[in-house]
Amino acid sequence: MIRLERRPSPSRAWTAATPVLAVLLTMLAGGLMFAILGKDPVLAIRTIFWDPLFGEFAWYFRGQLLVKGGPLILIAVGLSLGFRAGIWNIGAEGQYIVGAICGAAAGLAFYPTGGWFVFPLMVIVGGLGGWLWAMIPALLRVRFQTNEILVSLLLVYVAQNLLARAALGWLRNPEGAGFPGSRNLSQWSASSNPELIAGTGMHWGVVAAFLAVIAGYVLLNRHLTGYHIRLAGQAPRAARFAGVSPGRLVIFCLGVSGALAGLAGIFEVTGPAGQISIDFASGYGFTAIIVAFLGRLNPVGILLASLLMALTYVGGDNASTNLGIPAAAIQLFQGMLLFFLLSVDLLTNFRLRLGQREIA
Amino acid sequence: MTGPLLKVEGLTKAYPGVVANDGVSFEVRPGEVHALLGENGAGKSTLVKTIYGLVRPDAGRMTFAGAAYEPAEPSAARQAGVAMVFQHFSLFEALSVAENVTLGMENPPPMRTLSRRIAEVSEAYGLPLDPDRLVGELSAGERQRVEIIRCLLQDPKLLIMDEPTSVLTPQEVEILFHTLRKLSAEGTAILYISHKLEEIRALCDAATILRHGKVVGICDPKASSAREMAEMMVGASFMAPARSEAAKGAPVLEVEALSLASANPFGTSLKQIGFSVAAGEVLGIGGVAGNGQDELLAALSGEARTAPGSVKLKGAPVGGLGPVERRRLGICAAPEERLGHAAAPDMSLTENAVLTGVVREGLASRGFVDWGKARGFARRVIAEFDVRTPGPENAARSLSGGNLQKFVIGREVLQKPEALIVNQPTWGVDAAAAAAIRQSLLNLAGGGAAVVVISQDLDELLEISDRFAALNEGRLSAPRQTYGLTMEEIGLMMGGAHGMHEADVEAAHEAEAHAV
Repeated sequence: MIRLERRPSPSRAWTAATPVLAVLLTMLAGGLMFAILGKDPVLAIRTIFWDPLFGEFAWYFRGQLLVKGGPLILIAVGLSLGFRAGIWNIGAEGQYIVGAICGAAAGLAFYPTGGWFVFPLMVIVGGLGGWLWAMIPALLRVRFQTNEILVSLLLVYVAQNLLARAALGWLRNPEGAGFPGSRNLSQWSASSNPELIAGTGMHWGVVAAFLAVIAGYVLLNRHLTGYHIRLAGQAPRAARFAGVSPGRLVIFCLGVSGALAGLAGIFEVTGPAGQISIDFASGYGFTAIIVAFLGRLNPVGILLASLLMALTYVGGDNASTNLGIPAAAIQLFQGMLLFFLLSVDLLTNFRLRLGQREIA
Repeated sequence: MTGPLLKVEGLTKAYPGVVANDGVSFEVRPGEVHALLGENGAGKSTLVKTIYGLVRPDAGRMTFAGAAYEPAEPSAARQAGVAMVFQHFSLFEALSVAENVTLGMENPPPMRTLSRRIAEVSEAYGLPLDPDRLVGELSAGERQRVEIIRCLLQDPKLLIMDEPTSVLTPQEVEILFHTLRKLSAEGTAILYISHKLEEIRALCDAATILRHGKVVGICDPKASSAREMAEMMVGASFMAPARSEAAKGAPVLEVEALSLASANPFGTSLKQIGFSVAAGEVLGIGGVAGNGQDELLAALSGEARTAPGSVKLKGAPVGGLGPVERRRLGICAAPEERLGHAAAPDMSLTENAVLTGVVREGLASRGFVDWGKARGFARRVIAEFDVRTPGPENAARSLSGGNLQKFVIGREVLQKPEALIVNQPTWGVDAAAAAAIRQSLLNLAGGGAAVVVISQDLDELLEISDRFAALNEGRLSAPRQTYGLTMEEIGLMMGGAHGMHEADVEAAHEAEAHAV
């Protein structure tokens, strides 16, 4: 009989080892799935994990890692603060969209005059937009005890409709021959967020993401607010005893994660995406939830997890174009990663014992 | 039947790192009230859980009513005639008394028959109880009656009671003892677990004393003094705390017309509480659990805010302030629940030192925590309060209950508060640690602080408090000088017997007199 025994304190070795084990298990189970689909599992796994880094076209793919990873890092670092405190912002996707719309609108208000201040202004308004969108679930929870999971999630669909309206209506490019989508922001010098070093994929959003990792690390480990966040997540009653105001924490955590998601949105729309279009929302806000847990809600872990997740994105795209693996199978593969991570996570706090049970 | 009802021989049970029972042997005769006496952690609970079929022993054997007895699970034990009343009740608050009793039965009779049986049994044993009332509305004493009646409906030959009086007022204890004596006279043996010596002397015919999992003595409690038994139990003679008779100063903590609505439906609302504690004084607040102790601590610590003037520190209103501001002004508190309320289980002791120490110890500057200083403070608490742990980097949950309690109390005492409020400071703590904690509270008061001790241990309160008051259904009795208070008076302050009339108590007394 297998039995679980609680460890006196969490195991450090397993904390580090579980993500690696989860990746290995995902490769096994994913390989099995690809085999059932009639694809060569070894080739599929190699196409996803190896080719983007060391394959023939690695020079292109490597840059894509930062392009895809940047927004994930930015959003996931924000989400992790709330998740640590037991505040569940599931609507980062919506905050990402609203941030992009607000920032783009602010920039386009100055079209075509432009000026040095346009890009910084767009960044600020973008962050503000995400923050405001997150304040809706925050204030509703503080004031009326609504569930922030539901409210933030449902606001994603509202945001998606806003995005469609913006792309088709009030932000549509007047010179775009009636096609949906705004003016191209990455091609207008005043609003463009270019690649800073050619071939690396590095743009201002990635710089912001790295800064967020550092700030998140310092906040959680050195600052009293970070201590209160951790305390509220682990022992809510003890947090109240320590003097933490639950309402203020909700507003802080949702606010920071909303603002960071908004920033990710504006950096994306001025850079890699280029314009507000109907299909601008690409699921970064949801994937960042997986990334946050994969990185054990730790900023440095999130940095690594984002790059890993970006790899499965880039490699997954590669596999679906080259090997004809359906996109749904790739998503399933990414889902497996989270599933296995959460399952093996148990080993951090529990020990497996083989033997007789205590009570008959 | 002339032989023993229950015979335990060489019972041994080891858990990783600790031997809970080590070759324990004893006998219980039919109709005997037998005490199992020992400190927390002496192995009493493991022993009775073994007898009740909850724990499998590693070695040893038991005989019950002349036959080999090896219950694989509690239902087998009940079948054989063993019933148990646990210290923590397993009742559903939203169900009625009769429904709760049904849930514990293998083949429950129809509800109407059962209600009548409950009424009969409760009548016969002097435990008045209405089968149709919701358990959520009952006092702790009445809830215990539900558990006892649930056992009695099975006609047990042996009834095990685990620390039954910890939730009762002195008057309710009288009623319980009356019931137990009646059961014993009818031939039911009772295994009575306690560490309260006077109770055992009043009730029991024989006592087996456990220490560190071993039987260290068997005695006749009526013929031994409480002191002798205590020394056998602890293994050494121990000292009563020393107190300095400092002159009491000006009032430090004043509470006036403090009312607080309870946040949850089965909690207790505080009603018009008023008291004042002077510098150098210890106020003891007694009362049965669930009468507003948690709520009172929350209202004093700042977790729950009330009208500004309802709590005053040295004349300044603080009722509207949160815990941080109150700590800054000098009010510290230690709640009852150590893990999850006073301390975060998975955080290290250093991190837990920051939990309340950050304000008065200056452990953070401009919002950044000074972890070096925090570690120093944690080390100081560990050293001065003799907390047994390898170091401040260990998680709070890795400490034993007593050690963590010393850490929690030490963390507050070392902050040199003007007023300290503690709830159940020695609950589940061994005698030596309890004595150390009480001494530190007295020392703090000796240094000029006002100390409020909320506790359900009356002996503790009588030992350390200058004045005594009792909480009953959210109301506080007027505080009285502790010196010269009788148990009778304390019982009445605690609300007498819940759900009974005085006449019943007197009737119980009379029946007692006749029986003797």
